[in-house]
Amino acid sequence: MLVPRRGVIVTASLIVAVLLLGIIALGLGDYPLSIPDVISSIVSNQGFATTVVVEWRAPRVVAAIVFGAALGTSGALFQTLTRNPLGSPDIIGFSTGAYTGAIVSLTVLGGGFVSQSIGALAGGLLTALAVYLLAWRGGVQGFRLIVVGIAVTAMLAAVNSFLLLKAKTEVAMAAYLWGAGSLSLVDWPQVLASVVPLAVLGAAALLIVRPLRQIEFGDDSARAHGVAVERTRLAVVVIGVGLIAVVTAICGPIAFIALSAPQIAARLSRGAGLPIGASAAVGALLLLASDMIAQHLIPGAVPVGIVTVVVGGVYLIALLIREARRL
Amino acid sequence: MTESVHRLRAESATLAYDKRVISRELSLDIPDGSFTVIVGPNACGKSTLLRALSRLLTPSAGRIVLDGRDIADYRSKEAARLVGLLPQSSIAPDGITVADLVARGRYPHQGLIRQWSTEDAAAVESALDATETADLRSRQVSELSGGQRQRVWAAMALAQETPILLLDEPTTFLDIAHQVDLLDLFADLNRAGTTIVAVLHDLNHAARYASHLVAMKDGRIVAQGEPAEIVTAELVEEVFGLACVVIDDPVTGTPLVVPRRRDVTSR
Repeated sequence: MLVPRRGVIVTASLIVAVLLLGIIALGLGDYPLSIPDVISSIVSNQGFATTVVVEWRAPRVVAAIVFGAALGTSGALFQTLTRNPLGSPDIIGFSTGAYTGAIVSLTVLGGGFVSQSIGALAGGLLTALAVYLLAWRGGVQGFRLIVVGIAVTAMLAAVNSFLLLKAKTEVAMAAYLWGAGSLSLVDWPQVLASVVPLAVLGAAALLIVRPLRQIEFGDDSARAHGVAVERTRLAVVVIGVGLIAVVTAICGPIAFIALSAPQIAARLSRGAGLPIGASAAVGALLLLASDMIAQHLIPGAVPVGIVTVVVGGVYLIALLIREARRL
Repeated sequence: MTESVHRLRAESATLAYDKRVISRELSLDIPDGSFTVIVGPNACGKSTLLRALSRLLTPSAGRIVLDGRDIADYRSKEAARLVGLLPQSSIAPDGITVADLVARGRYPHQGLIRQWSTEDAAAVESALDATETADLRSRQVSELSGGQRQRVWAAMALAQETPILLLDEPTTFLDIAHQVDLLDLFADLNRAGTTIVAVLHDLNHAARYASHLVAMKDGRIVAQGEPAEIVTAELVEEVFGLACVVIDDPVTGTPLVVPRRRDVTSR
């Protein structure tokens, strides 16, 4: 395929920026380290600095990068599928459903990381499946997916409020914290466990992108080019939901990265359609930067999900103003 | 009618959307190497037939046969290397350039391993040349005029390099000069060996460009053959309910349909 030069340069620059920011992040904290110190502590692999950087800080930084990339990719897939800049895995109700699942597992099973993750996964996947099936009418159209998704999300949000009101205070607090989305409790085993499924899903995303790009020309055109349109759509939904599911299971719903990363990437690389690679890189950059703000810039440290909502909210308003001006 | 090979045929195909039947047991042979044009009034089932021929619609009974095999049995990319389609409407993704759009026409020739080859590049170049869009290659599709844009979509279909090309009302929304330009382009392509099947609205264009004309009404084929043989005032009256005289086109000698004024015919 003709890979546009600009897209490659932009993606490469973004990756470099992510790595640089990652090294800076590894040096931040109560035991500050300069960039050379960080690098030498990784290379030497011994001493207190190594423990701080590799054991304590690295899981969180790596998680921010990998999860951000997963969210960016997921968003690019969904926005291409729905042909809508507001399309994201959230629209088919995944995050809200995951929240419902997490609350239910907290109240019924009494919490714990594993049961909460499983509850969130089950809730999110069931909701996504329900929305997909409700939107199905001899095939799935992006717009119908969005409308059904909004309706189901609104209903589930009401259910969530109800559950939280009825729950014991401690449970409600725990659920609320989970619902904000945080990277603060991420450890190496979790990161390593998530990397394999995310890598598989990422590879699948790269494979599905070619037929997905043909669908951008319209269903008829895509079929005439030999694309199995419905199968491709289903695969895109499964991959997109899978990516966000892994992230949500570990750190709760992190809003807006999937929404904003593809649009920012598209404006940077100025190619046709939404670039998957650049979206992943922007997602990584956004989540890492948001987490650094959440952790170091805000006194007392807040869950990263709160920062991404603020960043995303500003972005969304800017996007809406821009769209409105164009009319 | 001359005896010829038919690579593409409809065999007593019943075409329906959900329960609404458009055509019952329709059979049609597309003569190889022909410029076949399907005409008929709105909602006569001509576009539905074209959709069936291009695998966009699966017959609820009967079948569409390509090279002796039911087209439904083909792998989709395999069929897409044999039968191309210029759909009535396509969407250009934001920011796409002409060259990139035309290149996407190569999709059915590409796979996981074989992604972009010199053959693909050559096919895109010749499609750009044939449609005279080579100068536009780095322009964004969204900036083009309607006539240019339709040529670019045609180039995308040409780049697919299929021996059979289906056109669904390719000239709609174009001014008369662009209509003729585009039809001339397809006539050239047809002379170079591509079998063309087009749905056209304009009877006179159909009569001028078709080597094989198919007239449809209410989902049935009313008449087919060379335009000079079948286009008569009676046929036009029967198919379109339009009173007219048919004269010789002063330029090409093909039939030219001239409608009568309604107030004149009623008397």
